[in-house]
Amino acid sequence: MTAASTRKSIFLHLAVVAVLFGLQFVVPDYDKLTITRIMVIAVYAIGYNVLFGYTGLLSLGHAMFFAVGLYAAGLPVYYFGLDLPLAFALGIGASLILSLLIGVIALRTSGVSFMIVTLMFAQAGYLLTFHLTEYTQGDAGLNLPASIRSFGFAGITFDLTKPDVRYNLALCILALAILIVFAVVRSRSGRILVAIRENEERTRMLGYNSFAHKLKAFVIAGGLSGTSGATFAILFAYVGASFASIQNSIEVLLFTLLGGAGTILGPLLGTAAMVYLVDKTSEFTTAHLLIVGLALIVLVAWFPKGILGSVRERWVKWIP
Amino acid sequence: MDFGAFFFLATLEGLVQAAVLSLTALGLSLVFGVMRVVNVAHGQFFMLGAFLAWWITNMIANQPVLGFLAALLIAPLLVGGIAFLGERLVLKPLNYGPQSTIVATIGFLYIIQEVALILFGPDPRPVEPPFQFDVEFPWFGYSGYKLFVICTAALLLCATWFVMRSMRIGLAMRATQFDSETAQNFGIPVGRVYAQVFAIGAMLAAVAAVLIVPIQQAHYLMGLDALLLSFIAVIVGGLGSIQGTVVAAILIGLSGGILSVFFSPTLAKIVATLFVALVLVFKPEGLFGGKAR
Repeated sequence: MTAASTRKSIFLHLAVVAVLFGLQFVVPDYDKLTITRIMVIAVYAIGYNVLFGYTGLLSLGHAMFFAVGLYAAGLPVYYFGLDLPLAFALGIGASLILSLLIGVIALRTSGVSFMIVTLMFAQAGYLLTFHLTEYTQGDAGLNLPASIRSFGFAGITFDLTKPDVRYNLALCILALAILIVFAVVRSRSGRILVAIRENEERTRMLGYNSFAHKLKAFVIAGGLSGTSGATFAILFAYVGASFASIQNSIEVLLFTLLGGAGTILGPLLGTAAMVYLVDKTSEFTTAHLLIVGLALIVLVAWFPKGILGSVRERWVKWIP
Repeated sequence: MDFGAFFFLATLEGLVQAAVLSLTALGLSLVFGVMRVVNVAHGQFFMLGAFLAWWITNMIANQPVLGFLAALLIAPLLVGGIAFLGERLVLKPLNYGPQSTIVATIGFLYIIQEVALILFGPDPRPVEPPFQFDVEFPWFGYSGYKLFVICTAALLLCATWFVMRSMRIGLAMRATQFDSETAQNFGIPVGRVYAQVFAIGAMLAAVAAVLIVPIQQAHYLMGLDALLLSFIAVIVGGLGSIQGTVVAAILIGLSGGILSVFFSPTLAKIVATLFVALVLVFKPEGLFGGKAR
């Protein structure tokens, strides 16, 4: 990477954040809510992409890390009225610990087995939310009461019932996620991740501990998924089992594939495109799983690089 | 009823489950064994078979036996045709890469499930058994249809075994499974074998569904449990080992009730999924020690 392309890509990412900041002054309230949701979910996809796009490990179970962030942040707020910043930290911490544990076990396998193992763990987690229906209310979920939806931080009071506050908090967390992934991907160990994706044997032969690097990618992905889940619980005051379902694991894969696996901004683009697509089509059909299914096949068969991946291949080579 | 009779009844019930599961899991195992493709849509082929059985028996409603026989023949053929098309149109162009095929079969899963929901609706659809008589044992009478299911499944398993062992197509499949490149060099049309295997795998699931649908009802979500149980059988039996799968499926079917006696159904499923994940991590050759290939 030359210094010029580094400068250009830093500028690009700053520009994206700036555009998202500017958007809130022009779009109507309904879209503001949709974009807030997109930004929160994009953090999940951006994290997932570290594992799938850069390291080449296809996990079919990252909903479990999203869900553990969601529940670890949401349940203490609901039952004990925990402070929101503390709940947020708790959600992230829980997802980091869980992804470390699951990663150590699941990364002993590779290829097909890895996909099935992550799928099975996530399914066990999903079923667990039903087993504990007494506390989680299963599919119906819990709505956090409005009375505890504001918090003071650094002397300022944030009122989360206000759309503007939610929008900008989501934007901050998204920007942070982009920054983290940008730093990881451009670092030395980011290049080792790509090397593992391209040829793990050879990377190991060069003397790199591929397990440690894969675990690192797994935990970064899990932690960002959990961050997204915790943010979702706090901003939208809802926790429910559907976020732990396999479908939530598949959707993040779809967002990443659509936007372009192995690009930093791809997952954001994919999330935005898919959320709007489902939103628009829901006016005349409820069969949105049909769209998800078709999109998966079309992408993987004819468009495997996704939107940003294709753009990078044809025109703008320097996109990270 | 004394203990012996009760045990006999439980064994019969277990055998019905084992019969259906071993057919379904055999299909999944065959596809994975020969093609190295994880077919996540396998349960949907099962579900499709059940709905087609309901549809066909309803069309020939006045002659239940004929209707059922027609379903037993036509439903698997239709499902096999759909699978064949899916293989030619999507999986073949993907070159059978493990990641892209699993994503594509997830796509199949959603599409088939949603189309079934649109065509057949969300309500469970019952199918009448083709005949109703009880076989009288000294202790109790038992549904003749369930015995028919057990025998048919056993016959089909033997037939599959015979095809794999002694027929040309079976030889081609085993050669492809062993080493697809060498098989290709020896003039085996590997591409066609793949398409056939994928279709046969789906047909086995569909047959199993036609057999079970007079006992359970057809429902558009029934494929997910079928998929999970088949996964368990394939993994516990050892990935890629077809005999292992059948043995595991029969054991799981026979012991089916046991887990749910001790735990709530959800907890039983949690235990089962975690168990499968751990088997795959720590004993990938399966529990019966067969060598993994």
